Amino acid sequence: MTLVVGAGMHPWGKWGRPFVEYGVAAARRALADAGLLWTDVQFVVGADTIRNGYPGFVAGSSFAQALGWSGARFASCYAACASGAHAIEIARTRILAGLCDVALVIGADSTPKGFFKPVGGDRHDDPDWLRFRLLGASNPAYFALYARRRMALYGSTAQDFAAVKVKNARAGSLNPNARYRKTVTAEEVLASPMVADPLRLMDICATSDGGAAVVLASESFARRRGLSGVRIAAVSTVGPTFPNTVLEMPNFATDSSAAVPPPERAFRSSIASAAYEEAGVGPGDLSLAEVYDLSTALELDWYEDIGLCEPGEAAEMLRSGETALGGKVPVNPSGGLASFGEAIPAQAIAQVCELTWQLRGAAGARQVEGARLGLAVNQGLFGHGSAIITVV
Amino acid sequence: MARLAIDGWFTIEDGVTHLLGTRCPGCGTVCFPPQPGFCRNPRCEDDSPALARLSRRGRVWSYTNACYPPPAPYVPAEPYTPVTLAAVELEREGIVVLGQVTPDLTVADLSVGMELELTSGPLADGPLVWMWGRPHA
Repeated sequence: MTLVVGAGMHPWGKWGRPFVEYGVAAARRALADAGLLWTDVQFVVGADTIRNGYPGFVAGSSFAQALGWSGARFASCYAACASGAHAIEIARTRILAGLCDVALVIGADSTPKGFFKPVGGDRHDDPDWLRFRLLGASNPAYFALYARRRMALYGSTAQDFAAVKVKNARAGSLNPNARYRKTVTAEEVLASPMVADPLRLMDICATSDGGAAVVLASESFARRRGLSGVRIAAVSTVGPTFPNTVLEMPNFATDSSAAVPPPERAFRSSIASAAYEEAGVGPGDLSLAEVYDLSTALELDWYEDIGLCEPGEAAEMLRSGETALGGKVPVNPSGGLASFGEAIPAQAIAQVCELTWQLRGAAGARQVEGARLGLAVNQGLFGHGSAIITVV
Repeated sequence: MARLAIDGWFTIEDGVTHLLGTRCPGCGTVCFPPQPGFCRNPRCEDDSPALARLSRRGRVWSYTNACYPPPAPYVPAEPYTPVTLAAVELEREGIVVLGQVTPDLTVADLSVGMELELTSGPLADGPLVWMWGRPHA
């Protein structure tokens, strides 16, 4: 198995600095956390950012150059919101193949203000450009379609969605790396402006600057150097199975089920399922989970998709307090995207930082008592799944 | 007639709007927007999907609106009124297609499962797009 021997972050915010600076800061913290030097690293994987020019497309190189060319190999990887997890998978695979012992995985982003826009230029063959041009369908519009569907199918309410924000803001208030550190009330959420009906401003995650890094090592290297770490029990980077009948951002339509019936397991639930299978565990074994709460409503979808409860039961589970800090299986003890805002290439790595600290018992005021096994899950545009399970 | 905002995705004939997709002659899989050249069914090797008109009526899978003007390249109307969007399920094709909703309907008029019919209407800068609207008798 591969170990996470170091984790580090640059705090999330809107700092207005180049993304490389956040990545380098996170990398140095992760290396210090591991007790290793940059020159010990044999392989660097950068999770790409597409809004920061060429250096963002070759993030692995950008970080390696900034840290000082050391002769280490590097790779760069883009998988939208799942980029960080896919970068971890690339590093882990190289370690498991015996091709290296120590790898550094870094993701960082510097984001513009406001809604995400498509990358510039007139691009009539790019669905991400066309959905804005033809429909005005921003990211929150897709989150809202899922939220409205959830309300219609399962009777979830705006109050339920607000309760997710209240829970995550409370956890985030205890996290020094979070951008938003204030607790909020349900009334404040429900009074915030409507953005994409039924989602209000405080239901939707912001876009942030930030950086996160992890140092991965082989078991034999960790033993030789006396490093402690948490074990990566599974990395799932599965794609959808045809036909995917959920309307996925940034698409105009779903796959057709005219010829082939939909798979038994929809894409989002297949992501965690593949990780459980690899790790030989199930949802009942989780001490905590970090899920990709692009919206409050989406966090509820994830409860069901990762098997914490049956479809339609997530709001009830939330109300019972089981997913809050101190509950049976805290979800987003870091505060989640609700408290961080999304720094796309860093976010999946930040999830793993949180798992690492929780499993080491080093999460401070937001520590999940006796945490032994954690799941981080997320979904990137264009069919990029990612789920990572770590164990003590 | 006003020009279409995108070529080949929909057509307007005698005032009737049709979405254009492709249908695979081998397996019947439908694609929107049109996907010539290959079929996306992983167990179908047919490479000749043909252009096909899609059903003009379907049921709302979900819906929302954009309370704030969407960013460029969208061209918002001034003054701005929220754009309503609906994802509509076409039973025969087994797909859900997203589109703007005609300006006479808002989210307050919509519900999941209700029937809508395809039509078209102008974007703020002139060209036409397909839109979901009230069904005609």
